[in-house]
Amino acid sequence: MGRYAIRRILLLVPTLLAVYTISFLLIHATPGGPWDDADKPITGEALKALNEKFGIDKPLWRQYGDYLWNALHGDFGLSFAQRGRTVAEIFHDFFPVSLQLGLIAILLAATLGITAGTFSAIKQNTPVDYFCTFGAIIGISAPSYVIASLLILLFANTLHLVPTGGWDGFFSRATFVPAFALALGPAAILARYTRSSLLDVLRQDYIRTSRAKGLNERGVMIRHGLRNALIPVATVLGLSFANVITGSFFIETTCNVPGIGRYFVKSVSGRDYPVMLGTVLMFAAIIAVMNLIVDLLYGVLDPRIAYE
Amino acid sequence: MATNTTATTTALAQAAPIIAPKSVSLTQDAWRRFIRNKAALASLIFIGIIVFAALFAPIVAPYHYATQDIKATTQGIGSSGHLLGTDRLGRDILSRIIYGTRISLAVGLVVPLMIVLIGVPVGLVAGYKGGWVDTFSMRIVDVFYAIPNLLFIIIFMTYLKAKFQHVNGGWLLPLKSFDTATGGMLGVFLGLGLLSWLTVSRLVRGQVLSLKRKEFVEAAHCIGASNSRIITRHLLPNTLAVIIVAATLGIPAAILGEAGISFIGLGINPPVPSWGLMISEGIADLRSYPYMLISPAVVLSLTALSFNFIGDGLRDAFDPWMKK
Repeated sequence: MGRYAIRRILLLVPTLLAVYTISFLLIHATPGGPWDDADKPITGEALKALNEKFGIDKPLWRQYGDYLWNALHGDFGLSFAQRGRTVAEIFHDFFPVSLQLGLIAILLAATLGITAGTFSAIKQNTPVDYFCTFGAIIGISAPSYVIASLLILLFANTLHLVPTGGWDGFFSRATFVPAFALALGPAAILARYTRSSLLDVLRQDYIRTSRAKGLNERGVMIRHGLRNALIPVATVLGLSFANVITGSFFIETTCNVPGIGRYFVKSVSGRDYPVMLGTVLMFAAIIAVMNLIVDLLYGVLDPRIAYE
Repeated sequence: MATNTTATTTALAQAAPIIAPKSVSLTQDAWRRFIRNKAALASLIFIGIIVFAALFAPIVAPYHYATQDIKATTQGIGSSGHLLGTDRLGRDILSRIIYGTRISLAVGLVVPLMIVLIGVPVGLVAGYKGGWVDTFSMRIVDVFYAIPNLLFIIIFMTYLKAKFQHVNGGWLLPLKSFDTATGGMLGVFLGLGLLSWLTVSRLVRGQVLSLKRKEFVEAAHCIGASNSRIITRHLLPNTLAVIIVAATLGIPAAILGEAGISFIGLGINPPVPSWGLMISEGIADLRSYPYMLISPAVVLSLTALSFNFIGDGLRDAFDPWMKK
């Protein structure tokens, strides 16, 4: 276990380096530069000075090395678009919003998904099961931005219960629509995993044993059924969390939430190289670490899993 | 295959005249169980309608997708001459949805095909060869897995769009012309196909790892079958069920992916109608004209839903443990 963990942590380094290299090359191969302004193009001396200030006049390998070196020291550079601000400051403004939204969404998704999945497994092949399974497949098929806009239409425009958009902190009515819309997809996936995993577990001999020794049905379900069934679900939950915070772009646009996803798309069209690279690296690190935690957790939760 | 063991045993037990059970192939058996699944069958019919609309769009659609009725902009659902209304530019929404089926189906067809054409050979060879080939290809898969999907697609689509704009000749020119003629579809294919083969390659590799230790592979070795013959004639057919299910479930993912990147503005170029584009226009006008969002959103979700049902139905049909 210890050796496996160390090997996995060491493997993070080449993985992140490869992600950085691929993104760096792709970003710099894209035609167009950060100072392409259709209305008042910057030319001549001014352009030269700008390029020099931000280091874009240097050869590509120098830029590659410099950015990497600085990033390793926690410095993600200066934003091209917001003059005078560092990428770190921009993250500080936008990332916490996405993180909070992601946290609420994943909590909601876990509650909804695991409950629905459990009920449909316990009541297999009854209307309850069909209802939950059908709901789950809709959650997978309807894009989050469609759900969000329909919710806005219903709760904001018709019922006037929530504002039509914006961000007002963790506990506010404005959070409801984006969090719910973002939660529905992962909730559906979690519900399907919980259902099939619990159905698997309920067929095991130890469930029959616990029933035979006279344990009541709730005890069987919670102590022996769910406890074992949730092990694979926990791993899916970890991966969904990474997806939710990185994939919230659509919701942030639809609901006008000032998060990092929306800012990233803006930075791509503005060719704000440091912001783009910084965001990709940060998200890659989050996903990689989440994957690692999930894999290690699996071994802790399920003693039958042995790592080489 | 294994279906008839129980039937035979009962027949023997009853000591009745033994009738040789009719042998059923895997696909026949799967098909029989598939059509018993009502949701999957209904989905198949819905997809049939969508395919029909896509093939005969110019005949079925009341207008061309870019025709503007200047006197009748922003008409609601059920207005005269426009069943689903018109958008801000006076274009008929029903016609745009019908032409939009072409984009969605093309993406839903090509992207899973790319997934299969890249993912399956990688998985087969990596699993069968093992050793450094396996390590090397799975490392690459790991690296691609670590890239934040959506962010990478956004960067890549921006790159492709800008790149095609600057192409004026050379070998890229035909690709550019194709991309322009289809409203940017080539870019969508590449952007979505580039990262989605990873899962299939892992699935196939896992299957091959367990299959290659089976006796029939060993037997094939012993009678002198070549590696390529073992892979194509023995391993591939046995992983087919997994591949079919993964490819089918890749269809809704690709359709929703196209809608997503068109929604951001990096996919299909206006005025070519993509459901994602129509949805993003609908969201922009949500407060004043909600009907503009609803029709394309419903059609998109129903299409994805149908393919998901079909995929699930296929998975159950191919699953030997589901047999009754």
